[in-house]
Amino acid sequence: MATAQVVRSEWTKIRSVASTVWTLSTAVVVTIALGMLISALSKNEFDNLSQREKLSFDPTFISFAGTGLGQLAMIVFGVLVVSNEYSTGMIRASLAAVPKRGVFLFSKLAVATALVFVVGMATSFATFFLGQLMLGDLKASIGDDGVLRAVFGGGLYMTLIALFSMGVATMLRSPMLSLGILMPFFFLISNILGNVSATEKVGRFLPDQAGSKIMQVVTPVDDDTPYGPWGGLGIMALWVIAAVVGGYVLLKRRDAQ
Amino acid sequence: MIELEGLTKRYGEKVAVDHLTFTVRPGIVTGFLGPNGAGKSTTMRMILGLDHPTAGDVRIDGTHYERLQDPLTYIGALLEAKGVHPGRSAYNHLLWLAQSNGIPERRVREVLDEVGLTAVARKKAKGFSLGMGQRLGIAAALLGDPRILMFDEPVNGLDPEGIHWIRTLMKSLAQQGRTVFVSSHLMSEMALTADHLVVIGQGRLLADTSMAQFIERNSRSYVRVRSPQREALLDALHQAGVTAVDGPDGTLEVDGTPAGTIGELAAANGVVLHELSPQQASLEEAFMQLTAESVEYHAHAGTPLPPQQQQRQQQQWGESWRKG
Repeated sequence: MATAQVVRSEWTKIRSVASTVWTLSTAVVVTIALGMLISALSKNEFDNLSQREKLSFDPTFISFAGTGLGQLAMIVFGVLVVSNEYSTGMIRASLAAVPKRGVFLFSKLAVATALVFVVGMATSFATFFLGQLMLGDLKASIGDDGVLRAVFGGGLYMTLIALFSMGVATMLRSPMLSLGILMPFFFLISNILGNVSATEKVGRFLPDQAGSKIMQVVTPVDDDTPYGPWGGLGIMALWVIAAVVGGYVLLKRRDAQ
Repeated sequence: MIELEGLTKRYGEKVAVDHLTFTVRPGIVTGFLGPNGAGKSTTMRMILGLDHPTAGDVRIDGTHYERLQDPLTYIGALLEAKGVHPGRSAYNHLLWLAQSNGIPERRVREVLDEVGLTAVARKKAKGFSLGMGQRLGIAAALLGDPRILMFDEPVNGLDPEGIHWIRTLMKSLAQQGRTVFVSSHLMSEMALTADHLVVIGQGRLLADTSMAQFIERNSRSYVRVRSPQREALLDALHQAGVTAVDGPDGTLEVDGTPAGTIGELAAANGVVLHELSPQQASLEEAFMQLTAESVEYHAHAGTPLPPQQQQRQQQQWGESWRKG
């Protein structure tokens, strides 16, 4: 009963600040628009591809090409939801109102995650269908083997990346510090580590590298990734759990400031 | 009722709050006085369960804060840091607070009305003046209609009208039988509002006394006497049974004897007086003396104070125990 009150209160918090709307709408627009653009470009380039590249051609995954950039807005959303509490000093009011810190944190994360889940799923399905529209006769169908899993997985991926950011922000508290670490990490570092052959074997266990496997339908030729789509999402989920547990432990132990 | 028992907070080597034990009682305004950095805010944050005590215990109506069901209905607090998201409206700020503690939404409108913010309820908090922010903080404290209220430096940065409003509010809350605990670093402010006084310095309890008693003890009136014939004057006073103590710059200070009597005594004994003036030590002076001592004791623990300083202390703050 008390938890239901806190959930309601966290919902009021989240819907009453502008950052919720602009971060989530940026995520939606960027993911869809970039997905459509790259889908359209891929269609035009298809004939120039080598035989091998044609075999690896994955219309579902291509329509999700905007996720890499769109997820950055999801990360901003996740970071702000938590670190706003600290940057405004609101954390004191929040914990005075809800002194059970576990109830406070998990209600906040539950509300924000539920919102991201709805937005992420809608974005994922929209991205897929609009992307396929751009791909013309190269398109995949939602009924094809593994496609529904990939599209549903795309929504889960965005949800998990936001939740991971919330966990990290709970640990770091400062919005600047959290964004300063997460943004370059997911935009650059993780991609580099995952694609350079020297670090590839480690890099592919990073949350986004592992998690994005869920959006793949066609396994590239010569792919030796040691996990499947759900395995990859599971690895990502482990990262998320670690971040959230770390955040909870620190919140519990620290003074509220 | 708020009960502190041996409450201690250490940050590494530094002791912010040092074994505080006192009780804040209902029906009166209890002033929590200390210079900036004395540990007032830290103490208040520990009362609210925001900071974890290093040692000791604090209870609200006999219960630990984190065990209170809907704590805002027991104790409402205005903390120094406002804790309002600048992009959120006053109404929504109070609404989430109310919802978290199962307080009906109509209370939001009631408290906004009470603090006079109804007209700007839908405006974002970032446009609020310092005074409006303070009023919003007080609205949040009153939201759960709590029996205990705690205000950290409530008059800071307020205009005279706002200060007057807060003073009146605190008194009326106490008159309703509520516990009101208010911190300040200004003695003059406390003298106007508080019925009881808890003074801390460097985290340590320096006084826990009723305001009336504090005034009686500390707003000491005495007569300052200066004479070129100091010894002769001392003899004359001694014979008349009047005690004088050394004041600064070779003056003498006499308690409990009117200036006129001293003048007549001097005249009768043929002693020349260069000064004969009634003095009143202000509460502010008494407070500064009290807290300055705590600083000195910490700084020179074990080293005796220079004699003149020692004398000054005895004359000013040590009044009550010197007279016994």
